[in-house]
Amino acid sequence: MNTLLEVSGVTVSFDGFRAINNLSFQIADAELRAVIGPNGAGKTTFMDIVTGKTRPDTGHILWGDKSLSLIGMSEAKIAQAGIGRKFQKPTVFEEQTVQENLMMALRKDRASLAVLFFKPSTSDFERVEDLAEEIGLGEALLRVSGELSHGQKQWLEIGMLLAQEPQLLLVDEPAAGMTPAEREKTTAILVEAAKTRAVVVVEHDMEFVRRLNCKVTVLHEGAVLAEGSLDHVTKNQDVIDVYLGR
Amino acid sequence: MNRSFIARNPSVLIFLAILALFTLVVTVLSEGFGVGLISTSFVKVLGKTLCLCLIAIAMDLIWGYTGILSLGHFAFFGLGGYMIGMWLMYERTRLIVVNSLSEGVLPPTPEEITAGIGNQIFGVVGSSDFPLIWAFADSLVLQLTFVVLVPGLLALVFGWLAFRSRVTGVYLSILTQAMTLGLSLYLFQNASGLRGNNGLSGLQNLPGVTAPQSVVSLWFFWASALALGLGYLLIAWVVSGKFGSVIRGIRDNEARVRFLGYSVETYKLVVFTLTACIAGIAGALYYPQAGIINPAEVAPIASIYLAVWVAIGGRGRLYGAVIGTAFVSLVSSWFTGGQAPDVPLGFYTVKWVDWWLFLLGLSFVLVTLYAPNGIGGLIDLLKRKPRETDV
Amino acid sequence: MKTLLLALCFALSLSTWLSAETTPVQDVLQSQRALIEKSSRRTIGPAIDALVVSGLPQMQNVLEVWQAKDMWQRRADGLFFTATKNADGTYTLQSFDDGADAGTAASTDLKQLKPNSGVRAMIATALVQFQLSDPDPAKRADALNSIARDPEVALLKPLRASIASETDANVLARKTRLERLMTMAYDSDIPSRVAAITEMSGDLGVDFRATLNPILTTTRVISQTQPDANVAQEVLVGSDALTHKSAYALLVAAGDAPAEITADARDAALQANIEGGRIAGFPVAQLSTEAARDRAYDALAAGDLAPPRVTQADIDASLANFRFFDVYTEPSQAVTTAAEAALVESETRVAFSQAADLGLDALSLASIYFLAAIGLAITFGVMGVINMAHGEFIMMGAYTGYVVQLFVPNHTASILLAVPLAFAVTFAAGVALERLVVRWLYHRPLETLLATFGVSIALQQLAKNIFGTQARPLTSPAWLDGAWVINDVVAISYIRIAIFILALLFLALFLFIMKRTRLGLETRAVTQNPRMAASMGINPDRVNMLSFGLGSGIAGIAGVAIGLFAKVTSEMGSDYIVQSFMTVVVGGVGNIWGTLAGAVMIGGFQKGVEFLNPSNTLAAQTYMIVFIIIFIQFRPRGIIALKGRAAGD
Repeated sequence: MNTLLEVSGVTVSFDGFRAINNLSFQIADAELRAVIGPNGAGKTTFMDIVTGKTRPDTGHILWGDKSLSLIGMSEAKIAQAGIGRKFQKPTVFEEQTVQENLMMALRKDRASLAVLFFKPSTSDFERVEDLAEEIGLGEALLRVSGELSHGQKQWLEIGMLLAQEPQLLLVDEPAAGMTPAEREKTTAILVEAAKTRAVVVVEHDMEFVRRLNCKVTVLHEGAVLAEGSLDHVTKNQDVIDVYLGR
Repeated sequence: MNRSFIARNPSVLIFLAILALFTLVVTVLSEGFGVGLISTSFVKVLGKTLCLCLIAIAMDLIWGYTGILSLGHFAFFGLGGYMIGMWLMYERTRLIVVNSLSEGVLPPTPEEITAGIGNQIFGVVGSSDFPLIWAFADSLVLQLTFVVLVPGLLALVFGWLAFRSRVTGVYLSILTQAMTLGLSLYLFQNASGLRGNNGLSGLQNLPGVTAPQSVVSLWFFWASALALGLGYLLIAWVVSGKFGSVIRGIRDNEARVRFLGYSVETYKLVVFTLTACIAGIAGALYYPQAGIINPAEVAPIASIYLAVWVAIGGRGRLYGAVIGTAFVSLVSSWFTGGQAPDVPLGFYTVKWVDWWLFLLGLSFVLVTLYAPNGIGGLIDLLKRKPRETDV
Repeated sequence: MKTLLLALCFALSLSTWLSAETTPVQDVLQSQRALIEKSSRRTIGPAIDALVVSGLPQMQNVLEVWQAKDMWQRRADGLFFTATKNADGTYTLQSFDDGADAGTAASTDLKQLKPNSGVRAMIATALVQFQLSDPDPAKRADALNSIARDPEVALLKPLRASIASETDANVLARKTRLERLMTMAYDSDIPSRVAAITEMSGDLGVDFRATLNPILTTTRVISQTQPDANVAQEVLVGSDALTHKSAYALLVAAGDAPAEITADARDAALQANIEGGRIAGFPVAQLSTEAARDRAYDALAAGDLAPPRVTQADIDASLANFRFFDVYTEPSQAVTTAAEAALVESETRVAFSQAADLGLDALSLASIYFLAAIGLAITFGVMGVINMAHGEFIMMGAYTGYVVQLFVPNHTASILLAVPLAFAVTFAAGVALERLVVRWLYHRPLETLLATFGVSIALQQLAKNIFGTQARPLTSPAWLDGAWVINDVVAISYIRIAIFILALLFLALFLFIMKRTRLGLETRAVTQNPRMAASMGINPDRVNMLSFGLGSGIAGIAGVAIGLFAKVTSEMGSDYIVQSFMTVVVGGVGNIWGTLAGAVMIGGFQKGVEFLNPSNTLAAQTYMIVFIIIFIQFRPRGIIALKGRAAGD
């Protein structure tokens, strides 16, 4: 397997506080990975760094076959390079329809002029409909997304990410606030997505992580504490110390 | 699904029809070409109102759709006015100077004509030399280009600086307000080359045109109506498609749009510059009808009133901006023009000239608090009944 | 023989003394009678000198009476008296010597001496030396003022003479200084002038520079050879100091070259020579360019119908014949060299002082911006509420001060009363605004901005309706008038010092409230996490209301302070609102030190631009705004920025 994203020796500090401390992390294409860790372990900051929202003080972030450095690239450029991100809170464009949301996310030329003169083709509409089916919103295509339920918004956002056709998907706490049935469906969507691309899921909920059945990385104080299968890491003494207190 | 733009937006067609009808009615009732029920000065008021509606829909695009509360668009409006004003004033003065010089024995030389025009125009600021910025004032084509180019360029530079450094929300509003203040203070100087606080005047006279004002005013009225119609069409088209989706996305959640891979800054810059160009055109049509332009027109408060009109009309709907602007500016000019009857209360006489602004300020607070969608929101309420049921 | 001679001498001197005892003043006057009667500016000098030289103590009185046109001459014997008019039209005469009554006389028997203004000025000069030794120090100071105003050679000697006996230290210092200045300008001895100049070299006084400048005056001299004079420099034609055009104009003025034919003169000549629609063969209709007119004129000149045009070649030829020199009016080169050096040194030191003065100016402007912005630092910086009516709160404070002064005439008392009252009024207004408008709009900043704009418009119009459009005075107490003068260049008015101190006080107050009081803690808690704060027993409504009121109240006090030196109008708030927001934004939101830094930077920058372009304060503001926009490029979060996720959106 090829390495898709390689983070090495990255450090970020805010006013002296080291949110990320010499972090190294790798992920291959078509891999599903869960990142867990207690509060303040640096999970969200890690995502901020990869997606270009926060610039690291030191370290390298290399992307893809050509080992492109992501440091210094704008968020939009990184997204175009193939990294999709889902926020903790569901963030869809509530005043627009499901169709408009998905159409906006569809992998197309993002330049302003091209967008201005963009006319969706029949195949574009079909692709949007397929995606809506995939996330269970086939019936809700013309509904304003603000009217959707919490879970539906989460799926719509995942759908938008899929529409972007990214090579790497960063998902922040997708199961928060979902009913058990919704969780099951979310798991299915993510596992399905991970067949064709890399997916990194940041999650608190151990039960959910177990269901994902994938390699787990434990973050603590901005660095990797342990890595391996869930059973493996939960037996690790360090991890137990961190989670249960020393 | 994949229908034409007009078919998907019937309201655009309705608006254009109403605008055409209105233009026709005003023409028929005017003094210039009709029965004379509407005075020439009122035709000018209506023409100016159409120009204000044009800048209002531009404001709606930048604020209502893209979420950037610009307090600087009246500066672009004023710049457009100045650009056309320079040609109008130069050319008219040239005709006068050539006329008076030809009464002499010797035929005038180009140097004499230039000196004469310089004296006429810049005498009030104690100078007679042409500043550099007047270099192309003799060319109508170039000055017309500048009407679009100068505001556009200013917006491009300012916007590039501001958006690049991720200045958003109220910070951007304050920054645009500062830009407007800076520009108006600059124009107030005599050294600005635009006659300081005297501004440019006599703009209602078209050089070389002998037609009476009653006719000229209608020409401008038609041009304003045409510009408003085209502007409405353009902006409605811009917001209807995927571009509209993206900018509304920027308004509602900028970060999300960015992580979708759209360069938010570029989109903002495009909209900011485009609306500045439209504002410039609106200004270039407005000031020849007003007859005079001076730096006070560019003062920050004017841009704030623009925001007031759009807010009262209702943001995020183009017809709302038009309704709000037409309503508030016409009512404003009625109250402040002294036509409104005073209200004697015995112990105190309410003079509308004095109290109108106070009321406008208060009503603005009330609209923001209780009717954030403005007048347009009421129309939506009537229109959107069916959707309420399927929630 | 020797004895006889001695006796004779004694007898002679005795007789003089005897007669002097009776009428010495009258004698002196009589000795100069002819000149006094003539009373001409050109000839009166020796007479006045004689009066002064006599050394008689009454002479000051004589001169004063003479100068006041109160001296009368009896026609019968030509004696001089002072006179007072009686009820019956006659005059009572008094002797100058002892003030004794000298009888009365009808006006027809008397002649009033009416010296003209030139003579009176000379009398005044003569009087100065008496005044310089007047027992009253104030009179002596007046005399010095009059000399300084109108110095002349003749006064140098009496001034020097009066220094030795001077007792008052202040007056002595002034006398010495004036003596030095007059020495450098008027002394006949060149080494002492040079010494005086060198001694005071680098002095900052305006009087010093004003004395040096006339010494260094030059006139431009046209000459074919190096002139025999104190030459400052040779001026080359074509340099910035002397363009070809102005050099030629000098030659023309001196009669050394023919004047250029102006366009008007050319055109007049052309018009005078029109014959049958042609001028010298050229059709009139073709003369629509300058070149064509020149050709036609040349043709006229060739036919002797007009003086020939002066061509560029003529001008160059004339200029090649002459050299131009700047020549000092002062003949002594030693003096001018010393003066030049002294002036350069003074100007260098003046430049330093001006820089210091500019710094003080900038500091006081910064204090004003800080005062205007500190209320915002609470409402906008800490609470995150954007209040566009903040400027109107400043205005309300100022008008409160004005109203208080209507009722309390004592300025000190009224200001002391106005400050708490302004706080109360604007605090109440702030609380009302928060309760009625702002609290419905928390976390919708753009809407808050718009609604408070509405409030701002309404308040401005309300103030206009109540107080009218013209500016209202808010007078500062007398003890705030005047300025602290450090030297002739550096001075700062007390009112600005007071505002600076007020700004410091507010800074301390702000820090105290935010860091040391319950309200400050609660405000910060509510701003950061209202729900959490509420669950810990803090009432967010109350805290928001109070801190908004506090910020508004401070704006009110700032209004009183600003009103003291700026005009109080309904629009004064809008003059400060943009700058205030800029101050907070540039400094870094949420940090009072940032606001302070922002105020200092904006104030300093604005004063700096004004210094570079002093004629144009409007331009300074434009440049300041451009600067701020560029500055924000480099520090988008302000000078003192919060970092990390806390600062994120």
